[in-house]
Amino acid sequence: MRIVCPHCGERPVDEFVPYGAAGLKRPDASASTSDWLDYVYLRDNKAGMHGELFYHVGGCRAWLIVTRDTRTHAIAEVVAARDQRDAAR
Amino acid sequence: MRYSVFSLLAQALNGQKGWKPAWRDASPKDEYDVVIVGGGGHGLATAHYLAKEHGITNVAVLEKSTIGSGNVGRNTTIIRSNYLLPGNTPFYEWSLKLWEGLEQDINYNAMVSQRGVLNLYHSDAQRDAFARRGNAMRLNGVDAELLDRAAVRKLVPYLDYDNARFPVHGGLLQRRGGTVRHDAVAWGYARAADQRGVDICQNCEVTNIRVENGRVIGVDTTKGFVRAKKIGLAAAGNSSRVAAMAGLRLPIESHVLQAFVSEGVKPLIDTVVTFGAGHFYINQSDKGGLVFGGDLDGYNSYAQRGALPHVEHLLEEGMALMPMLGRLRVLRSWGGIMDMSMDGSPIIGTTPIDGLYLNAGWCYGGFKATPASGWCFAHTIARGEPHVLNAPYRLNRFDTGHLIDEKGAGATPNLH
Amino acid sequence: MNAPANIMRAAALSQPRRFAEGGLIDRSRPVSFRFDGKSYGGFEGDTLASALMANGVKLVGRSFKYHRPRGILSAGPEEPNALVEMRSGARREPNTRATQVELYDGLISASQNRWPSLTFDLRAVNSVASPLLNAGFYYKTFMWPASFWEKVYEPLIRRAAGLGRASGIEDPDIYERVSLHCDVLVIGSGPAGLMAALTAGRAGARVVLAEQDFRLGGRLLDERFEIDDADGLHWLRSIETELESLPDVQILRRTTVFGGFDQRNYGAVERVADHVPVPDEYMPRQRLWRITAKQTVLASGSIERPLVFGDNDRPGIMLAGAVRTYLNRFSVCAGERVLIFATNDDAARTIDDLAASGVNIAAVIDPRPQSSAAMINAAKRAGTKLLADAVIVRALGGRSGVRGAEIKGPDGEQVIDCDLIAMSGGWNPSLHLTSHLGHKPVWNEQIAAFVPDKLPDGMRVAGAAQGSFTLAGALADGAAAGVAAAEICGFDGVSPELPRIAPEPLALTPLWRVHGAKGKAFIDFQNDVTDKDVELAGREGFRAAELMKRYTTLGMATDQGKTANVTGLAVMAEITGSDIGKIGTTTFRPPFTPVAIGAFAGHSRGKYFRPTRLTPMHDWAAEQGAVFVEAGAWLRAQYFPNRNDDWLTAAIREVKAVRERVGVCDVSTLGKIDVQGPDAGILLDRLYCNTMSTLPVGKVRYGLMLRDDGLIMDDGTAARLADDRWLVTTTTANATKVMQHMDYCAQVLWPELDVQFVAVTEQWAQVSVAGPRSRDVLRKLVDASTGISNEVFPYMAAADVTVCGGVKARLFRISFSGELAYELAVPARYGDALIRRVMHEGAAEGIAPYGTEALSIMRIEKGHAAGGELIGQTTARDLGLAKMMSSKKDYVGRVLVQRPAFLEQDRPSLVGFRPVDRNQRLSAGAHFLEVSAKPVIENDLGHMTSVAAWSTLGHSVGLGLLAGGADRIGSIVIAHDPVRRRDIPVEVCHPVFYDPKGEKLRA
Repeated sequence: MRIVCPHCGERPVDEFVPYGAAGLKRPDASASTSDWLDYVYLRDNKAGMHGELFYHVGGCRAWLIVTRDTRTHAIAEVVAARDQRDAAR
Repeated sequence: MRYSVFSLLAQALNGQKGWKPAWRDASPKDEYDVVIVGGGGHGLATAHYLAKEHGITNVAVLEKSTIGSGNVGRNTTIIRSNYLLPGNTPFYEWSLKLWEGLEQDINYNAMVSQRGVLNLYHSDAQRDAFARRGNAMRLNGVDAELLDRAAVRKLVPYLDYDNARFPVHGGLLQRRGGTVRHDAVAWGYARAADQRGVDICQNCEVTNIRVENGRVIGVDTTKGFVRAKKIGLAAAGNSSRVAAMAGLRLPIESHVLQAFVSEGVKPLIDTVVTFGAGHFYINQSDKGGLVFGGDLDGYNSYAQRGALPHVEHLLEEGMALMPMLGRLRVLRSWGGIMDMSMDGSPIIGTTPIDGLYLNAGWCYGGFKATPASGWCFAHTIARGEPHVLNAPYRLNRFDTGHLIDEKGAGATPNLH
Repeated sequence: MNAPANIMRAAALSQPRRFAEGGLIDRSRPVSFRFDGKSYGGFEGDTLASALMANGVKLVGRSFKYHRPRGILSAGPEEPNALVEMRSGARREPNTRATQVELYDGLISASQNRWPSLTFDLRAVNSVASPLLNAGFYYKTFMWPASFWEKVYEPLIRRAAGLGRASGIEDPDIYERVSLHCDVLVIGSGPAGLMAALTAGRAGARVVLAEQDFRLGGRLLDERFEIDDADGLHWLRSIETELESLPDVQILRRTTVFGGFDQRNYGAVERVADHVPVPDEYMPRQRLWRITAKQTVLASGSIERPLVFGDNDRPGIMLAGAVRTYLNRFSVCAGERVLIFATNDDAARTIDDLAASGVNIAAVIDPRPQSSAAMINAAKRAGTKLLADAVIVRALGGRSGVRGAEIKGPDGEQVIDCDLIAMSGGWNPSLHLTSHLGHKPVWNEQIAAFVPDKLPDGMRVAGAAQGSFTLAGALADGAAAGVAAAEICGFDGVSPELPRIAPEPLALTPLWRVHGAKGKAFIDFQNDVTDKDVELAGREGFRAAELMKRYTTLGMATDQGKTANVTGLAVMAEITGSDIGKIGTTTFRPPFTPVAIGAFAGHSRGKYFRPTRLTPMHDWAAEQGAVFVEAGAWLRAQYFPNRNDDWLTAAIREVKAVRERVGVCDVSTLGKIDVQGPDAGILLDRLYCNTMSTLPVGKVRYGLMLRDDGLIMDDGTAARLADDRWLVTTTTANATKVMQHMDYCAQVLWPELDVQFVAVTEQWAQVSVAGPRSRDVLRKLVDASTGISNEVFPYMAAADVTVCGGVKARLFRISFSGELAYELAVPARYGDALIRRVMHEGAAEGIAPYGTEALSIMRIEKGHAAGGELIGQTTARDLGLAKMMSSKKDYVGRVLVQRPAFLEQDRPSLVGFRPVDRNQRLSAGAHFLEVSAKPVIENDLGHMTSVAAWSTLGHSVGLGLLAGGADRIGSIVIAHDPVRRRDIPVEVCHPVFYDPKGEKLRA
């Protein structure tokens, strides 16, 4: 697999550390334990398009959100997590 | 027909004409007492033990493809019970005990071979961690030996002892560990369950789980609706997808794990050996192929294939451990979908939905667990509550914090 | 090994099956080689298979199960029979296909899987027992008594199974790995591949042309093609010359593209030095290419299918296309009287080529009720008879080869004598690489073969690999694919004028097996799977492609069923009355042909398995005779022995030096992260469970980081160097993990925070100077402008300072040892000078270096948690650090650490231990039991996490996690260590053994 890092260009997958589902909303400090359990443990684990965090440890150190089909490994989009948060705002 | 050297002889004289299908290729009936979703090792074992131990024979195993086409057909065939934590050791030891009597139980030679499993250590800290583990095993009545470097060298003289980046200091040996001919496990359980009346329905994919008033009533399949009093999910890498049909989200991610087999060679490696300065395990099949594997690729996947860099990393470990491997060749590689749980341990138990039972989260370790998983899952389904052996594997252990995290890696499935 | 030239020439001249002229061998370069101890001659340009054949060697191997005598079947990577052990000693290499071995002078090879010899193999007795040994027989027996499996049955089976023998010793050759990026990767250099490479190359694309053979050309080398009314080899030579002249075309000969991976990635292996006896110094034996190609043209050709009839495995029964390869390319024919058995018009080429070489054709057997005009005319030209609507029911002969065949036709049965059978059941496209990403091929009725359907991103297929079995078709496909691939990469491709090719007959009617065959009719030669085995699998319900394969082992040998799979599926379809397209294929998976493990590992082996990180003071420590220990990728000084000290003697001396005088330890490996920005304090408050933001400038604080699940991730210190600048340290083991976590928090969780940080572990060399006289040593190092008195620079102070006359440095008054201690950091380039200076200035105070063993003893004496306790399974509360967890702020792990399991009263918590008999040594990993309790898991109270074999107290001490923890202080428990056969009564005590009030470190 190869990932197009928005900062470094196309790189082999072994430069990255994958970290599971992106887009999980961290609950507030005041949220219930049950919200926290959901956040830390429960996953959609979809077969299909899936946003996943990859850390470019062998490159720019950016955390990236890679949108990829888990059935085919086809990558639709790669954005820096920081940029996506900025865009959402 | 009972399998034996006599039936073989009789059939040899008869031109092999008298053999019957090992199991009937059944079509689902309208209604069952229990429907098992998933015709892999665990699902088939569950069906066998439901029939044998609990007398529940009105059972269907629904398999979307052909039986044994998932991880029971693609693994590194290792069995062992060298676990550390209280929830795990007794369960895996029970599994090993069932392996030890499996062939006589199901009248099928699965070639259970107790050739020993050796985990190498490369530092004092690792030695102490293995001592802790070995002692926990001994307290559980499980065999465990802590070997020093000289004893390891005697047992497996072909490791790199002289030029290693991470020298071998010793190893933890479980002599009763070993290997099993994996496909035979699925076929043997299927045949045994079939003989007790279980319907094994292949090419019958479950497309929906029907729940009414908090209770399951049956499943929709590609062959129509099948009513069921109880439903057991044993879908391994596809557990999250199947559970989602009942509205459940699971503490599981699906990951790809690659494994490999070499060309066949004359006997070379007699035990199962694992590398402690990385993640590499190897054994030799009876047919002569070296069977080996390592870490997950690390990303979520349902694609049953991995990436080339991970192959390279794995074989670096292989060569670091056994420099004699250089000229042997990788014959075939494959990728299996692992249901990686959040603490690295499985889930066998009830769910918030009445009549729906879950067997999932096997991570790398599903194959060795097959008999005990089926046995405990059958008990749980039959009695409506877990056996003491699988009680620690309840789904709500994450809520209470009763994690079973052998590696101490936390809620990061790809690190387990 | 280098025989005199005249002997070699004699050996070369005595090749009885070699024609006097022709072929692509270099007759001016004879070579000599050995097979099973006997010397033979061949020529450069031969393969081992062609040279054996030239020498009249027919029997080359024994089959896997029945040990049947086998000869060469094919001329390529599909070969199931001719597997040999190559070379000897450490370079012995089993299971090598003789058809792919490039002959070299001095080559040594041997047959395998036979005992005692190839011609007299005692295990051939298995053939007699074969009615018992059919598919899956082992699943039905060997079960009684249970204990016999490991003791009796399995060893017998293991010895009989396997194929060749591994060397069992270290591979002396080296391997390398290379990455390669190109516009167009062309796989295969037959007519289609050549045209693709040529058109893409002419367009200006960066082209890589990979060919598994040592010669370009594919079937152009094997056939007597006419291209533009001239010998096809002329055309090949002109194309090859042009390709070599194109600057952006890279040709990789002897290179097999073995796998397709996601995002247009391919793996290839180049056999750099397999055609020489021993690689030159520094030359890799093989090279692994990681190729990333924007576009790929797969032109991998096709593989011929054997026919399934009785005893179709006798030596001398070959694929018809291979007979042509040996004849045309290698100028060899294995027989003098050839019987042709073919279902398709391709056999007309075989007839013509044999006839042209003057080989006698005994007959042509065509199972089609009506043979074709092409066949009839060819037979006529050759002056041989053609039997239509006829089949071979059984081949006759013995281990020395086929001697004839029983033919059944409309006129009844007859025996025809022959010494070679050329068979063809049609061709299967080599579409493996189209399928590595999970795309399934589809059945094409017209050519009776699977063809590619959906393709991997960026791939197109040309020529026989997609079922275009004519030369004209291959050339046209290749040209079109090359142009299209180049255009996608942004180049203007031009379709060339295609050469003139005469019409090529193709008609085929498949015959999957001969009904009424006598004897064993093999489908998978290497694994000895017959049509009867497939029948049995069908009868027992193993009908689906995957089940049939696994039950019969069809397609699971080293050739992965290249000549067997499709036929096996077709026979199963026939037996079950179903459609082969519905049964489907088994899955193609990498590698296409087996790849050496060494090639994947490349240079990363032995000492170079992983990089070794050395601190700036490493050389100094080595000069002192330090013994080093691996700490992750680092090497750290473990202890500094005097002469023949053992580790403990040295460590005790080092501890005493620190406790009594002063010691110095290299702590450069600790992770160091420089954190800057107005929100640094906020970030650190969320990272650590204790509060950091309140720390004054010039101070250090111990900190604990938790994971989201509430368990401890790592510990370390944070020093505040300025209002908006901090230096964070981590443990050596977790430096990378903590950095990743901090980046995660700053980029994913809280990107709004204005904070930046960078790892500076490698930028700073750091020493710990510890002991009651450490201040005296420091005074001589730290420039006078900085006061370091206890008042000015108390415990947990931190400052930017200068040392040794103006060298920038950082000074921290922190202590792991429990003594008055400092950690001093200087830019890495000064590290070596610093340690020498420290030793020099400290000499008067009796300074001694200390290593990780002494460090560990002292930290255990002080009850500090470290590797043995920070195991990802412990909470702050477990380690007696509950008070560190702030209740006033949000931090990672805050909520879930409150789960009931973590608050249970009997959860093991950290305490100290000492042996009741002070002479006994504790051991980490021991479990705790009540004194009289039975050693069963129900009585398990926890485990010993760390021990010091000796302590300042004069005896061994330990730390451990014990149920009930602090409540048990003063009581006795048993440290139960059955794997080391030790049960030791130990006294539970407070975990801080040394200076519990902490007076020394504040002195």
